[in-house]
Amino acid sequence: MRNRLIRILLIAVLATCAIPAWATLNVFACEPEWGALVTELAGDNAKVYVATTAMQDVHHIQARPSLIAAMRRADLIVCTGAELEVGWLPVLLRQSGNDRIQRGRPGNFEASRYVRMLEVPSRLDRAQGDVHPMGNPHIHTDPRNIARVADALTGRLGEIDPQNAATYQSRLKDFSARWDKAMVRWQSRAAPLRGMPVIEYHKAFTYLFAWLGIQATGFLEPKPGVDPTTGHLTELLAQQKSKPARMVVRASYNGPRAADWFGERAGIPVVVLPFTVGGDAASSNLFSWYDDMIDLMLEGAK
Amino acid sequence: MPKIPAAVTAAAMACAIAPFARAGSSDDLDEVRAEIQQLKQDYETRIRALEKRLAAAEAKATRAERKASDANRTAGKARQQALETKDAVAEASQPMTAPEAAAPAPAQQERQNAFNPAISLILEGTYADFSQDPEDSQISGFIPSGAEGWRRGLSIAETELAISGSVDPWFSGYLTVALAPEGEAEVENAYFQTSALGHGLGLEGGRFFSDIGYLNPQHQHAWDFVDAPLPYQAFLGGQLADDGVQLKWVAPTELFVELGGEVGRGESFPGAESGLNGAHLYTLFGHVGGDFGASNSWRAGLSYLHANPKDRTYDDTDSVDMPVTNAFSGTSKLWIADLVWKWAPEGNPTSRNFKLQGEYFWRDEDGTLTFDQEGDAGGPLSGPYSSSQRGWYAQAIYQFMPRWRIGLRYSQLDSGNPNIGLVSTGTLPATDFPLLEPYNPSSATAMIDWSPSEFSRFRLQYGEDRAQHGVTDKQFYIQYIMSLGAHGAHIW
Repeated sequence: MRNRLIRILLIAVLATCAIPAWATLNVFACEPEWGALVTELAGDNAKVYVATTAMQDVHHIQARPSLIAAMRRADLIVCTGAELEVGWLPVLLRQSGNDRIQRGRPGNFEASRYVRMLEVPSRLDRAQGDVHPMGNPHIHTDPRNIARVADALTGRLGEIDPQNAATYQSRLKDFSARWDKAMVRWQSRAAPLRGMPVIEYHKAFTYLFAWLGIQATGFLEPKPGVDPTTGHLTELLAQQKSKPARMVVRASYNGPRAADWFGERAGIPVVVLPFTVGGDAASSNLFSWYDDMIDLMLEGAK
Repeated sequence: MPKIPAAVTAAAMACAIAPFARAGSSDDLDEVRAEIQQLKQDYETRIRALEKRLAAAEAKATRAERKASDANRTAGKARQQALETKDAVAEASQPMTAPEAAAPAPAQQERQNAFNPAISLILEGTYADFSQDPEDSQISGFIPSGAEGWRRGLSIAETELAISGSVDPWFSGYLTVALAPEGEAEVENAYFQTSALGHGLGLEGGRFFSDIGYLNPQHQHAWDFVDAPLPYQAFLGGQLADDGVQLKWVAPTELFVELGGEVGRGESFPGAESGLNGAHLYTLFGHVGGDFGASNSWRAGLSYLHANPKDRTYDDTDSVDMPVTNAFSGTSKLWIADLVWKWAPEGNPTSRNFKLQGEYFWRDEDGTLTFDQEGDAGGPLSGPYSSSQRGWYAQAIYQFMPRWRIGLRYSQLDSGNPNIGLVSTGTLPATDFPLLEPYNPSSATAMIDWSPSEFSRFRLQYGEDRAQHGVTDKQFYIQYIMSLGAHGAHIW
């Protein structure tokens, strides 16, 4: 009887410690796309906390207590960098009391360091709006960038968690094979979009457009990060006569008013693209997100 | 009592250690149209064929790169070269993409001044219109805290220059200099902070805003109203910044739990410059916070401030209108409870958001009150003094559309009935301490502000202030706040 009790106790104790022993990495992803990528690469080896959603403007996040608590526990933070998170990430880093994820440590991963930045300004002046000194930070809308970041991130995961490095490498191989196939599919499906002129809300899909050869002929924002004004929208409407755009594209987090106002007057469709994974019902992972973006663009171009 | 078997003990220990282990004619026109159509179709077919080849080439490049990277798993350099090769392939095979893609721009810029600390500048100015002369304004029933008021008319307020940067892998440093309109420069904050202690610990040393309360650690330009609420003016001299050391700890829990304490020189109110060895002010504080769904977040806090002022002087007038300087020595204990709730639809505050905050203050002071320290009016005379005083404020801020916010605030104080020994023993009449006559000051304020960008803000504020016995001061402000330079990151 006592032996049985001891055995049950022993199993109970071992069972409770089984969780911390295998659910190893606590990963803090600044944006949903990186959270999804970590899940692809690490699977059950990582517990992923995603700090923002596709409905939020990543430029303007508040350093909420819940974010500080999550950062306190993180072994690895995966963020875009290039000053996208400059208004909130430094506060979280400072207040977390976590030394593993500070800048320059292996636990601090900035995706923008592994891709070629577009729209790097030659002139830095806030008179140009909320410009990013290191270039347009919305790198995740080009799947080739996702592939580059996946390579680098796998290396980093292995560095932090050497015991599972082989697992991360084999998962990368599997992900890359699926991703390469998907990229071929996306490019051939998106072929009718090539050269198409569109008007964008914010320079949120610069990388997607560069990849697919779509031309952004104007922006609803008069300057990056500055809310659309009636004056600017009227100018864009006039431009529509000489340089007609086929659609207005806004990200899931942009308010609908300006885009709807413009679309209605210009007589062109408004296409709401999920800004990242989770941006609409169809975008549940990286693959379905790209599928969905291309579907929506093709639908708008009809 | 059954012994715990060794196996269970060992397993329990392993368990405890495990978490640490990881466009003629109509016929001609039709002809031209048909030709164009034909051309268009030809081109489209060719473009599609090219695109297929391009996609195939890209996939091939990616595969080649992966092979390279697999073969050199440990050599990070090889991986980088492969990525560069991939870029070259992508560029060479993609003449149709946007020209920016081919622009040779380095991923990261190197700058000569890379090690210069981040510098930011806050410009602030007001137009103030008060129905009462601010020179004479006092908070009745409370020993003056030395909180500075605003000047009437047009004036620049404090210009704030902030410099910050990493010192080395272990420390970062911060400096905020407040340039007063009169031309004086005052060190508002100057401290170092650790970044490598780990375990949720953070140590600060120097002059910093104390983490007590909710509003105290925030810089004045980040406040939602021009001025501080009454309890801050009465109990903290506007805002508490002292020279000292702070230690904070964040718990490794899902719920945000932060505990901390500070030890300070005790020069700032409610302390007083003593010229003595040792520390004369300490604080303890705890914060808890979290989210309710994606749209709501909250934080609650409890803080304690203990100070031992010696000869904390203030000016008053006695019963025959003679100016006198009185002084308090003893202990000052202040408790603050704060609660903040923020709402933003789906956590996106850019178009609409709401913030509700409130703080409750409770202070007990016990010690000696000296009347007429300079001996100008028949003093000095000393006697025991004790007071138990309360105060609170609540405010709500609503951003109803992008760039526009409105706010309401109400503050109230309760002076209680201070026990002045010199009066209760009949040595002096109560009229010798006019400032300490019991009173419950209050103030109601409304504001509207407009922020053209996140770096500029204009504000209109109107308040009815009943801080002084029998007087209502109508206060009207127009304010601008501009921030230049390094992008600021505000605390929650």
